[in-house]
Amino acid sequence: MTKAHRTFVSYIDKSREYYAAQGYDAPYKWATHTDAPFTALTKPLSECRVAVITTASRTPNDPLEPYTAPSQPAPASMATNHLSWHKEATTTDDLGAFLPLDHLQAFADEGIVGSLAPRFAGIPTIYSQRRTNRWAESIREWFAEDGVDLAVLTPL
Amino acid sequence: MSLTARYLEANGIPTLIIGSARDIVDEVGVPRFAFTDLPLGNPVGPSGDVEQQRRLLKAALEFAHATVLPQSSVVLPVEWTGAEDWRESYMSLADPEALAAAGEARRAEQAARKT
Repeated sequence: MTKAHRTFVSYIDKSREYYAAQGYDAPYKWATHTDAPFTALTKPLSECRVAVITTASRTPNDPLEPYTAPSQPAPASMATNHLSWHKEATTTDDLGAFLPLDHLQAFADEGIVGSLAPRFAGIPTIYSQRRTNRWAESIREWFAEDGVDLAVLTPL
Repeated sequence: MSLTARYLEANGIPTLIIGSARDIVDEVGVPRFAFTDLPLGNPVGPSGDVEQQRRLLKAALEFAHATVLPQSSVVLPVEWTGAEDWRESYMSLADPEALAAAGEARRAEQAARKT
């Protein structure tokens, strides 16, 4: 198969054009880096304690701050209507599609991973990089207390 | 989320992003990224398709474990059986008048909230 355009959606292009069409002339400035930090994952997966971070909220009226909540039992539902995702194409009724706590618990039971961390974390989507770093420090502290070996981030 | 991954990684916690906004994550630059080419909202797999969610999550974890360099990414093989035009229908520009009106309405609402 051949084609004259890329397959993958550019969300940077799409959102800029979409908001320009709504009369917003100053486009959002995305963070960009040419390098990234790295911490080696040295343990086998079957010994790793895995935690999850989501952009979803627990309720529609959650305060604008990061939170932590028990991984098991997994929440019955999450609040996602305030987030930008493709509401015409799919749903978020199935938590396994975006907050894979039960999948990871099953993987722990099957010995694929060592364990599911006792708490997952949520972080609101905001446009302040400084505040994001401050919030990320809260999550780091929670996960350090829980002995997390790998954080899996599943943004909607 | 990508900035959160960078922060955690820089402070000793390995991270894996599983997500569908490839260009955004690539621009920010993250340690490990498993790309699922699905409509935004279902990064781990299509809603209702438990077997695919499990398959993608397991592949992403194995990729994370195999990663030895930052800014590593993998394109996971996804199966999407919903609407074929999902790429075009998201944030569609097909009705510019409706979009302009929606922008006006939103600005008016925000101005009203401030007063």
